Amino acid sequence: MNGLAVGCIYGLVALGFVLIYKATELVNFAQGDLLMLGAFIAYMAVVLWGLDYWVGLVIAVLVMAVFGALLDAVILRRVIGQPQFAVVMLTIGLGAMFRTFASVTWGSEIYTLPTPFSAKVTTLGGVTISHEYVSIIVGTMILCAVLYTFFTHTRLGVAMQAASQNQLAAYYMGIPVKLIFSLIWAISAGVAAVAGILLAPVSLIDINIGFIGLKAFAAAVLGGFGSIPGALTGGIIIGLIELYSGAWLPEGFKDVSAYVVLLLMLAVRPQGLFGALGRKKV
Amino acid sequence: MSEPILKVSNIETYYGPIMAIRGVSFEVAEGSIVTILGANGAGKTTVLKTVSGVMDPQKGTVVFQGREIQRMDPDKVMRLGMSHVPEGREVFPFLSVRENLRMGAYIRKDPDGVAQDLEAVFGYFPVLKERADQRAGSLSGGEQQMLSISRALMARPKMMLLDEPSLGLSPKLVKDIFDIIVRINRERGVTILLVEQNANMALNTADYGYVLEVGRIVMADTCARLREKEDIKEFYLGIKEEGARGTRRWKKKKTWR
Ligand SMILES: Nc1ncnc2c1ncn2[C@@H]1O[C@H](COP(=O)(O)OP(=O)(O)O)[C@@H](O)[C@H]1O
Ligand SMILES: [Mg+2]
Repeated sequence: MNGLAVGCIYGLVALGFVLIYKATELVNFAQGDLLMLGAFIAYMAVVLWGLDYWVGLVIAVLVMAVFGALLDAVILRRVIGQPQFAVVMLTIGLGAMFRTFASVTWGSEIYTLPTPFSAKVTTLGGVTISHEYVSIIVGTMILCAVLYTFFTHTRLGVAMQAASQNQLAAYYMGIPVKLIFSLIWAISAGVAAVAGILLAPVSLIDINIGFIGLKAFAAAVLGGFGSIPGALTGGIIIGLIELYSGAWLPEGFKDVSAYVVLLLMLAVRPQGLFGALGRKKV
Repeated sequence: MSEPILKVSNIETYYGPIMAIRGVSFEVAEGSIVTILGANGAGKTTVLKTVSGVMDPQKGTVVFQGREIQRMDPDKVMRLGMSHVPEGREVFPFLSVRENLRMGAYIRKDPDGVAQDLEAVFGYFPVLKERADQRAGSLSGGEQQMLSISRALMARPKMMLLDEPSLGLSPKLVKDIFDIIVRINRERGVTILLVEQNANMALNTADYGYVLEVGRIVMADTCARLREKEDIKEFYLGIKEEGARGTRRWKKKKTWR
């Protein structure tokens, strides 16, 4: 259960990587730090301003969504077409900036976000189930269902898929591609915020919480970078492997197990679990 | 004569330092089919991209329905009623045929009209109706070309730009597609600008034609008269006649189908 829950978080962050990559062919290494910012904003709303947890969640998601869209419109849109390493360096640098901003604003202490699920358990037929972990799994399922419906059943969602598959053709259809890409950034940042808030009850909030993004990146690659179901599956696999290697293997293996699995995967099946065979144009 | 729906004057378009279009001018009369013929690399695609706004010309003007559009983004131009069917079809490979068609109507706000037009394009290309729920990427080349034309039609354009619709298709399929292009022009009043290497098909379909050579228009006439010209016969239609050899005006190497 715990491995599955942590895997869900990896999966959500990986989903953010994949959405942005599919649309703009840009790997956003600041994805984990967006999660961190989202968690801090929720913390501010709930603890400092005394708002309800759900209100705090909505505020954090909205603020991060707007922030994500601006990040694209103001900065990242301009670097499309630049060499890949320059763009990667830029997003890594942005991530470092976000951490600095967070440490200046909130200090480097460790915070707790009180949630309706914190420290609650239900005993079902002798098995103790913690609400914290269940909330992560259920929250992820709901979010994925919402996103799936949006991407397949709304005009805007299908247009996002279209713009990700063939940017030039999307222009020819009169789809405002730049705006659409900013909206995809908004969704990715919003999903990262949700992941940060879901994670909060089981992991304390500090400025380095965003390093979870590295494992999520491994999850995205494992799933075939470019596949949304792949990202989620990759996240869950890595969460489970970490749990079991933590339990059964010597100390220290837990944190590297994700990368070991990734290396094995890349050696055996480089296109990832759900590697798409499709091509992408322009 | 009334104002042409499209008037292109002296456009020059570059790829970086390379000048691909060297001062091209042409007109398209409303309701007509006009073709631009040219060998591979002549600059046909670049002309269409310049007209539809994907590329901006360094010099010159593009006037569509009385408006200068040479600096406009392609999505804006499209909203003015000009649909571009690009070279190589460019479908959305992971969307279904129906979703591709719906994306063609992205800018429209009249669901009833969209539904009507969906039936209309299924009428032109019944195979698309059979494959409506299949991924566009799984269609054959000919079917993708049909989809690409249909998708452009879903915007209910006043004018369509077609970039080598015959490319890579069997002669039978080419004939079918050109028949539909003529029907679209006659039945729906859509003005058509068609660029082709397949001079035979294009000259039999269009009303007026231009010949593009290395970024310049070298000839312009009605298609009926172009079909009779010796140079066209030799270089574009592949008909050799005695005596033509010495009077060659253009460079020798040509490709035609
Ligand atoms: N992306 C590009 N970069 C540089 N040169 C290009 C590019 N695309 C086309 N060209 C050049 O511009 C000229 C016209 O190309 P194009 O318009 O594609 O011709 P056509 O469609 O008639 O085959 C050619 O000489 C081609 O080499
Ligand atoms: Mg071309």
